[in-house]
Amino acid sequence: MSAMANLQLESVTVVFPIYNASARSLKNRLLHHGTGGRIGRGAGNRLCVRALENVNLAFEHGERVGLIGANGAGKTTLLRVLAGAYEPVRGSVRRRGRTASLLNISLGIDAEATGYENIMSRGLFLGLRPGQVRERMDEIAAFTELGDYLEMPVHTYSAGMRLRLAFAVCTCIEPEILLMDEWLSVGDHAFVEKARRRLEEFVDRAGILVLASQNFSLLERICTTGVLLDAGKVKARGPIREVLREYRQAA
Amino acid sequence: MPPWMLRCQVQEKFRLCPGTMRQDTFEGVYEPQPVSSSPPPSPSRTAIALVDVIEGARASYLWGLLGWQDIRRRYRRSLLGPFWLTISMGMLVAALSTLYSALLKVEITDYAPFLVLGFVVWTLLSSLITDGCATFTGAENIIKQVDLPLSVHVYRMVWRNLIIFCHNILIFVVVAVIFSVWPGWTALLALPGLALLCLSGVWTGLLFGLMSARFRDVPPIVASIVRIAFFVTPIIWMPELLPGRAILLDFNPFYHFLELVRAPLLGQAPELVSWLAVLGITLGGWLVTFALFCHCRWRVAYWV
Repeated sequence: MSAMANLQLESVTVVFPIYNASARSLKNRLLHHGTGGRIGRGAGNRLCVRALENVNLAFEHGERVGLIGANGAGKTTLLRVLAGAYEPVRGSVRRRGRTASLLNISLGIDAEATGYENIMSRGLFLGLRPGQVRERMDEIAAFTELGDYLEMPVHTYSAGMRLRLAFAVCTCIEPEILLMDEWLSVGDHAFVEKARRRLEEFVDRAGILVLASQNFSLLERICTTGVLLDAGKVKARGPIREVLREYRQAA
Repeated sequence: MPPWMLRCQVQEKFRLCPGTMRQDTFEGVYEPQPVSSSPPPSPSRTAIALVDVIEGARASYLWGLLGWQDIRRRYRRSLLGPFWLTISMGMLVAALSTLYSALLKVEITDYAPFLVLGFVVWTLLSSLITDGCATFTGAENIIKQVDLPLSVHVYRMVWRNLIIFCHNILIFVVVAVIFSVWPGWTALLALPGLALLCLSGVWTGLLFGLMSARFRDVPPIVASIVRIAFFVTPIIWMPELLPGRAILLDFNPFYHFLELVRAPLLGQAPELVSWLAVLGITLGGWLVTFALFCHCRWRVAYWV
């Protein structure tokens, strides 16, 4: 691992414009301007959802962060901001280190292609060159424990098997920052244990792990730091047990 | 070199202003930056958009694979695979050239090669535009998860259609052999024409992709315009059949693009006006699209 990874968010605000059926159509926009706002009145007052508000966070190398919060608290949005997919409306994001995100296990998955082909495409999505994926192919294949299934098209896989594939690719590319969203819900017990060991190894190599989950015991086992989100704001940040206790009390 | 490292280098080259998004800085320590309530300053946006377009082009291993994947997915489990493209184009053209050469009273030896090329180039041209509408909406899953350059999706779309074109053009080879058409060295002029067509395909893909992501009415509007354009452009009818040199030809941008590829393969050099029109459209289109791309590139993830 070359440089120390770090992640800094400063006053990050994310606002989603909601284009309902009327505001989203060009017809209404034209009508709105053409008729002086009488017919297309709806086009002007656009709805917005403030998904994150003034979030200040800093994570250093070796931190295992658990994101906690009710549904709709902004966990996934925050992960997407950390992954660089969403650029905040306000504020700045600084990210140092190669990032791998496992926000959705179906990223780059072509159900008709074989497991091997999907390992390749997913690796490329995460920023590797074809040669680099080929070098790691054996290691990834071994980690998935899918054996001959890797020769089969992915539509024959169960959700848990797809997770194995996605997780193996994400962790074998030696990321410095790893972002995960609710990923273990479909894994079997043996794989969850294996994944946990893998994550510990990863964090020992001074990476940053950010994991959003509703599974408290899992968070307690894997994470050191907890961040509690509530309606887009950071409500608490501290040792995972304390933040979890606070969340339980509030609920 | 992995793309994130590349981006880092390019960004350093452009000296992005601090306080904006996309900070993959690898050097220096973190310093709090003043937060502006207004959108980020424009120079950095231009640089980010430029990085996006350049870096996207350099990720050819990614869009190359994805373009092939698109084609393979369409034809997986079929015996002939993508050659179904060739076959269906061949059947269509065989039927139409027999019928229309009789209707229009043109020799089939002249008409068949003309029709084949017209159809094949039109297929490329029109699908660059109509597929362009889905470049970003179709890649929602990817855009919301990883920070790949957005232009990758456009290059993927252009590449996919170029592969289809290469399958379709085989029909022309067959027809040229049957009717002993030999265009000679002039045929090579089709290559710069094709290159310009693809270059324009990138900006149309960006432009219509952006517009369709924001306004969901754009794809149907574009689709109906393209359908009309098929009939007013000389594809199934020959320009000579049009009395005089009508406005329909000179002011039809599709005609000029079509001529640039079709004429050389039929052994004629394209007219100067076609070259100028295509160069103008390519350049002008890129300028407008790039300005728009600078302005709303960062919103795309929220729109799709």
